[in-house]
Amino acid sequence: MAILNVNPTRMELTNLKGKLSTATRGHKLLKDKRDELMREFIDLVRENKEVRREVEAGIAKANQHMAIARSVMSDESLNVALMLPMQEMSLDISEKNVMSVNIPVFDIQYKTADENDIYSYGYSFTSSDLDDAVKALSDIMPKMMRLAEIEKSCQLMAAEIEKTRRRVNALEHVLIPNYQDTIRYIRMKLDENDRATTTRLMKVKDMMLEEAHHYSEREQ
Amino acid sequence: MYKVAVIGDKDSIYGFASIGLEIFPCDDPTEAVRKIRNMSEAGYGVIYITEKLASQIETELDVYRERPQPAIIPIPGVQGNTGLGMRNVSKSVEQAVGSDILSDA
Repeated sequence: MAILNVNPTRMELTNLKGKLSTATRGHKLLKDKRDELMREFIDLVRENKEVRREVEAGIAKANQHMAIARSVMSDESLNVALMLPMQEMSLDISEKNVMSVNIPVFDIQYKTADENDIYSYGYSFTSSDLDDAVKALSDIMPKMMRLAEIEKSCQLMAAEIEKTRRRVNALEHVLIPNYQDTIRYIRMKLDENDRATTTRLMKVKDMMLEEAHHYSEREQ
Repeated sequence: MYKVAVIGDKDSIYGFASIGLEIFPCDDPTEAVRKIRNMSEAGYGVIYITEKLASQIETELDVYRERPQPAIIPIPGVQGNTGLGMRNVSKSVEQAVGSDILSDA
């Protein structure tokens, strides 16, 4: 039972009632927000794990090819082959608003028109394993972008959920009970004052009647 | 218009150059921290980082978790998968829910 430090007056009571109803409405809204965020988040995290597994497998595959390519080619020729990339990738990032969290939406753009234009070398001096490695990476690239998108969204949403959860808890376990207790306290105090006034008036009335009619003397 | 970067040891990230990502070979954690700071201000939307390097600068990477950009995504390097990426996902779940309710174990 924690009572706020206020004067037990009618005005405070009205104020507090207003605050309580605002707090209750806010609590309900925030709770809905938290639940909806949580629902979206769980779906997203599931997808995140799925995509991450695929990406990690894809990169492992590409690395295997790369290791073979490196073993059959000299370092110099490998460097030369990959030195000047054909492609250049850039991103357009727009934002999508999910329950007031701005999550990013990526839009990949390639410099060259044909996005399969990935081999930055002639085929005469390179191993075919290098082709495989580059191809494997290129295949996994859309997944990697999706992974980046989802993972960032998850991180942002996790932060927002944590914040919202704290707010909900603060309202539910601190603010609202405090208001309720204080309102009850003020109401009791006012009622008590009322009763005190009534009894005082009755007493005064008795005394005045006694003064005027001298009941107690007449009884004797 | 944002750019995409890959940072990590040279062998792990070399292939990404061919598909149009910018590569920043780097082995030294302090150097990596400096590079990532520069990149975050130079308009990089996504930075892929090898798990090995990421594990050495985890506190620095946590700073970027709540920023809208850049998205810093750990990927396995040639040394193999250390599971850091998955742990990162679990970390998000833990932050949001309180405990990792979606772990496979």
